[in-house]
This record gives sequence, structure tokens and C-alpha cells, in this order.
Amino acid sequence: MTEKKRTTIILFSGDYDKAMAAYIIANGAAAYDHEVTIFHTFWGLNALRKDEPLALKKGLLEKMFAKMMPRGADKMALSKMNFAGMGPKMIKNVIKKHNAMPLPQLIEMAQEQDIKLVACTMTMDLLGLQQEELLDNIEYAGVAAYLADAQEGNVNLFI
Amino acid sequence: MNSNKLLDAKGLACPMPIVKTKKAMNELESGQVLEIHATDKGAKNDLAAWAKSGGHELVKHEVDNEVLKFWIKKG
Repeated sequence: MTEKKRTTIILFSGDYDKAMAAYIIANGAAAYDHEVTIFHTFWGLNALRKDEPLALKKGLLEKMFAKMMPRGADKMALSKMNFAGMGPKMIKNVIKKHNAMPLPQLIEMAQEQDIKLVACTMTMDLLGLQQEELLDNIEYAGVAAYLADAQEGNVNLFI
Repeated sequence: MNSNKLLDAKGLACPMPIVKTKKAMNELESGQVLEIHATDKGAKNDLAAWAKSGGHELVKHEVDNEVLKFWIKKG
């Protein structure tokens, strides 16, 4: 076959449902034999957070951000019908019932399929996130690295 | 119809049938046939599009009691 096609997704949102859509498309594109990049910026970075708390040196504002943002994909809220946390519980039930994949497993599947997960370093600084808090085997980059992938892209999405 | 490999994707939801199909297809040689059983209603359009895009041939599909069956020949 000819050169591989490419899919790039910017995950800006930190909502469980939107991240789920992004990761389903990414996994599908990988099955289509595309080279896939997900560029996580702003609230989308929370999908990459490890779920255990880590003792890291942080300023007051950074500590507040760390507390207020969801620690990892499983703790993210829904974009609609969140109902102070009841919504995600309900949707996870429905996901199980329909044998769909919950977000943490979709992220694992993405790593298995060699999807490139990138964390935006500029917004990591803004939100006070450090590399130790994020999943292993991801890449760190900025807008230029994203554009280098995206300009070759056949599918480019902003979620 | 004869197949070289059977993939049971029953009960799996999007995107898993296509992800598993791709993995199973990687293990086959060109010209061999993969048989897939799925229950996801979107599987028909998904697999047809996937096969076409990858240069494979959807040789046959049928519905058997809620189970969608596909035979795809590797291109």
C-alpha cells in the first residue's frame, strides 16, 4: 500500500463524553491504518493524569488547580447532564450494559495501537501539571509539532 | 463459505469490531478469508467501508438471528 494516511485530533475538552468520542475516533482511525496523534491541551490534559495523588512541589495556585481538576479520565465530568457527579455514574452503567468501552480502557487501547498521545507543554505550565502526574509513554510538544503532524493530515478534528 | 479464521465480535460495541478485525486481518495472508460475527448494528456499514479503504474485498454478508456475519478476503 501507499504511504499511510494520518489523523490528528486536538482534545481541548476535559469532558468525559467528548474525550470518549475523541478516543473512539482515534482508535477507529488506527484500525484504518492511519497514523494517529491526539494532542491534549487545556482541560484535555486531565485525561492523561494518573489517578493516584502525587506529592509534588507546587505553588498555591497550582495546588488549587490540581485539586479542582479531575485526576484522570475516570473522574471526568459529562458535558451535559452531569448532575453533580450522578451523570457519569449513570453513563458508566449504560456503557457496561451495552458492552462499550469506558474511557480509561479506550486510552489503554489507544496506547496499544501506537496512537501518539501528546501533552501540550505550554498549557501544562498554565495548569501547573508536571510530567510525573501524567501517563507514561506519552510525548511532550507544542504547536509546531502538532502542525507538523496536522499538515500531513487527512482527518483533523478539534474536540 | 470457507474461511481461514473466525473472529467472534458478538456483543462488542463501536469501535471494537473494527479494531479486532484489523488485528485479525494482520495475521492473514493476502487472498485468505476472515469470517466475522458481530452484533453491533453499525458493523455492516463500518466493515464495508473499512474493507474498501484497506483494499480488501467484502465477499459476502448475511444476517443470522441478530448476528451479522461477514466474510472479508484480504487484499
